[in-house]
Amino acid sequence: MGQGAEGMQIYLPIAEMSVNVFVILGLGGGVGFMSGLFGVGGGFLMTPLLIFLGVPPTVAVGTEANQIVASSVSGVLAHWRRGNVDIKMGLILTLGGFIGSTLGVYLFRWLRGLGQIDLVISLCYIIFLGIVGSLMLVESIQALMASKRNGGAVPVRKKHQHSWMHGLPFKMRFRRSQLYISAVVPAVIGLFVGILAALMGVGGGFIMVPAMIYLLGMPTAVVVGTSLFQIIFVTANATFLQSTMNHTVDVVLALLLLLGGVIGAQIGARFGVKLKGEQLRSLLALMVLGVCVKLLFDMVTVPGELFAAGTGGKH
Amino acid sequence: MKRLWLVLVLLAAAAPVRAAEPLVADLSKHLVAITTGFAGTDVLLFGAIEEVDGGKSGDVVVVVRGPNKTETLRRKDRTAGIWINSGIAKVDNAPSFYQVASTRPLDQLASPAILGRHQIGLDHLDLDIRVKDTGADQGQYRQALLRLNQKKGLYGDKVLDIGMLSQRLFRTDVHFPANVPVGVYMVEVYLMAGGQVVSAQTTPLVVSKIGVGADVFDFAHHQAAIYGIIAILLAALAGWLAAVVFKKA
Repeated sequence: MGQGAEGMQIYLPIAEMSVNVFVILGLGGGVGFMSGLFGVGGGFLMTPLLIFLGVPPTVAVGTEANQIVASSVSGVLAHWRRGNVDIKMGLILTLGGFIGSTLGVYLFRWLRGLGQIDLVISLCYIIFLGIVGSLMLVESIQALMASKRNGGAVPVRKKHQHSWMHGLPFKMRFRRSQLYISAVVPAVIGLFVGILAALMGVGGGFIMVPAMIYLLGMPTAVVVGTSLFQIIFVTANATFLQSTMNHTVDVVLALLLLLGGVIGAQIGARFGVKLKGEQLRSLLALMVLGVCVKLLFDMVTVPGELFAAGTGGKH
Repeated sequence: MKRLWLVLVLLAAAAPVRAAEPLVADLSKHLVAITTGFAGTDVLLFGAIEEVDGGKSGDVVVVVRGPNKTETLRRKDRTAGIWINSGIAKVDNAPSFYQVASTRPLDQLASPAILGRHQIGLDHLDLDIRVKDTGADQGQYRQALLRLNQKKGLYGDKVLDIGMLSQRLFRTDVHFPANVPVGVYMVEVYLMAGGQVVSAQTTPLVVSKIGVGADVFDFAHHQAAIYGIIAILLAALAGWLAAVVFKKA
């Protein structure tokens, strides 16, 4: 660490470490730029970056949940004004998400005790970033080639495909999404994404959005707004539980990150308008795969230090 | 008569027994305050030694020791191609901070037995390591603990120099990095001569969080539920503000 920039150091009370204010603001701004550009939460980038900076993984995950509350509130308002939030669907997803994130925080605590939390965090990242990144890359390249061939016409997806899901009980009508499906499916999706969100320190939008489009068949217009709507409540629940059970939410770090984040997101959103959807998605896919490959690489190469210390017996 | 005795006793208590005290030492400050802008600090230790008989003065050794804590060490091993934590060891009495300064190399001052009795030097730390691992032994875990703490700047890489002035006055700077653990530290000053500890003095040094950071930490631990709710409300408010401000812009 540089010693010349002492005046810009700030002590993070929960992470119990001293960091350079501008590094954190820059990190928030950079990730905010990406999230504005691509329309994603950015948690999947921020949490690994914080860990690379030396923030304890547990504090990175807890604090990131807190920051995502802010970025989701900020993001959902624009969608809300345009009426692109399916509140009924959002509430069902939130119900599952509440249970899921609660389970996730308990699982987090249990794995931390076993000493395997870092491994599970890394594995979750590798698996889900790998799957989502590959799918997105293939899909966006196909779209890019298709738009070149037929001059911009995107193939229309078939709606109302009938599958085993339609045989499930508790059918409900979701007017905004123009769907009549069992409430069990979104609740289970919410539960599953909630567990991952709590474990990985992300909002889970990168899993939720494809799940809404491909599994539920929701129209793309309401997908992002509804996803952000439920992320607010799921990450708020995770923040509360991480605060009370693990004491791992650093408010000072979260405020610095979101200060940089909101500014970066606005700039990113303005850049995003100039790029085509398929181009954006392929760029995002490459970035997601980049993070995945880096984590995988770290797991299989011989580590420089085989031993690691953690404080035990602290409550 | 009674009054005279009282005066004598008071005098004796007030005036340090100058000739009989072979070692006096003090710190430039007794409190290291971790404030919001804390980025590490130096504490100056200074003092004087009396001439030991024969006119030859002794050597000074300073040990700065942080409060003991329980450390859990984990060792990674390759399983199915990936590196997974496979071994564990618990160390109950590891000092959270450990620095040694000396006027001469330690092995020239006293025998390992003497150094071990006072736990002077990393090699002479008495660590209680309980290993649950088939792939590594106590020695490897001990070396790992020392190495990891040295990397964090909490254990000294080497014995620091103590500057002497006219054979009697000594001074040394002890650096406390930004990640220094809080608690009551013990600064032990030893006067060594003829391979023995001739005199010793212990001064406490408090490392404590002060100000906003300390308040936040206390609040987060003692009022965790309210802290969590405030964290959520702060984030929601900040997000809402950002959306409003940038909508107008």
